[in-house]
Amino acid sequence: MIPAPFDYLRAGSADEAIAALAEHGDDAKLLAGGMSLLPLMKLRLATPSVLVDVGRVHELSYIRDAGDHLAVGALTRHRDLEISDVLAAQCEPLRTVASEVGDNQVRHRGTIGGSVSHGDPASDLPALLLALDATFVVQGPDGDRTVPAADFFRGFLETALEPDELLTEIRVPKLPGAGFSYQKFQRRAQDWAIVGAMAVRDGDTRVALVNMATTPLRAVAVEEAIAGGASATEAAERAAEGTEPSGDINATPEYREHLVRVLVRRALEAASA
Amino acid sequence: MGGSVRIATTVNGQAHEHDVDPRLLLVQYLREVVGLTGTKIGCDTSSCGACTVLVDGESVKSCTMLAAQADGSEITTIEGLAQGDELHPVQAAFHDQHALQCGFCTAGMVMATVSLLDEIPSPTERDVRLGLEGNLCRCTGYHNIVQAVLAAAGTSR
Repeated sequence: MIPAPFDYLRAGSADEAIAALAEHGDDAKLLAGGMSLLPLMKLRLATPSVLVDVGRVHELSYIRDAGDHLAVGALTRHRDLEISDVLAAQCEPLRTVASEVGDNQVRHRGTIGGSVSHGDPASDLPALLLALDATFVVQGPDGDRTVPAADFFRGFLETALEPDELLTEIRVPKLPGAGFSYQKFQRRAQDWAIVGAMAVRDGDTRVALVNMATTPLRAVAVEEAIAGGASATEAAERAAEGTEPSGDINATPEYREHLVRVLVRRALEAASA
Repeated sequence: MGGSVRIATTVNGQAHEHDVDPRLLLVQYLREVVGLTGTKIGCDTSSCGACTVLVDGESVKSCTMLAAQADGSEITTIEGLAQGDELHPVQAAFHDQHALQCGFCTAGMVMATVSLLDEIPSPTERDVRLGLEGNLCRCTGYHNIVQAVLAAAGTSR
C-alpha cells in the first residue's frame, strides 16, 4: 500500500516547521515518527498534500528536571522515555506506560508528541497524561501557549491544536513513589488496548480510561467514590459511568463496560499495593 | 506535487544516493531501488515485523517509514549480517535451533533479535518473548525462535 502523492519538506527547527504550516495551511501535516500518520496515509484515510517532517528537530528531544515539574520534549521517542533514569526516579508511570506502547520497532520511531497530537482514544500515553494532569506547550505563529491535558482532547483524533501549531513540550508532575498501575487488555502483546484503565495514587486517586469514548477520559465517578471513602471494589462499579464505548471486531460496547469495571478495580488495587 | 527528494544512505556499509518519490516506503527503496529482496513485505500495516531492518542500529518496520526519513542513515538488512560465508551469531543460532519453518518471517525475526540483544545482551525468556512481540510467525514456530535468541545470547538453559 502506497500513500497518495505529497510534497515532502524537512524542518530543521520548530520555527521552520511553524513557517511551513503557515505557508501550506490545512493541506499540510506534521510528520514525527510516523507510527500513526503513515499507516493512515497508506490506507488513504489521510491524504495531506504536504508533509512537514519534524523528525530531525533534535531541540525538541529531551527529558529535563524543571524544578517543580519534568519537561519532556515533544519529539522524545518512546524508547528514550522507557530507558530514562530521570523518569524512573521522578515519574515512573510515564516510563512504564511508554514501555507498553506498541512494540520495540514502534518505540524506536514513535514520539510522545506524535501520540498526543494524534489524539487517539485507544493510545496509551494520552490517557496517562490526563491522569497526571499534564500540561502541553504549543507553539504557533504568535508564540507559545499552554493547554491543560483536560482541555486538549476534543473528539475522535481531534485536539486543541490549530492547523498552524506544533506541540513542543509535555510537562508532567514529579511523583516519586506514587502508586501506579496500568491494566491494558489486549489480544496480542503488540495490539492497541481493547480497554485500558490506569490509576495514579499519590494522596488522592486519579483514574483514566483508554478506548472508552471518542477521547481518552478520566473516570470521574470512580475518583469521587474513592475520595468519599469507597473501597476499590465499590468505586470500580462506577467505572463505566460517563463513558461511550464503541463496538468493533474486538468487543461490543457492553463488553467494554464490563471490562472497564474489572480493569479499574485491578488498577486501583495494584496501585495501592 | 510529485517532486523528488534526494537521499543519501549507507546500506550494509555501501553508500547510495538516489532521487526518490517522497511517498516511497523504506522497504520498497531497499527491495526495488537498492535491489536487496531479503527484507520481506508481510502485512504491510506495521503489525507483522517481516520488514524489520536496522536504522542507525535500531530495529524499525521499514513498511512504515519513508525512504526520505532514512536520508543520512545507516541501514542494515539481513544481507548485511554475515561476514562472507560466516553467518552472524544470530543467524547461526536460528540455523542450529531450527528456528524457522516457511522462513518468511525469519529475516525480520533475525533483525529484531539483533536489535534486542544490543539493548538487552543477556535476556530472560520473558525479555525475548516481549522483545519480539512486534514480529509474527504464522507457522507458530515461536518456541524454537525463542530458544535461538537465548542461544545467541549465550543465556540458553
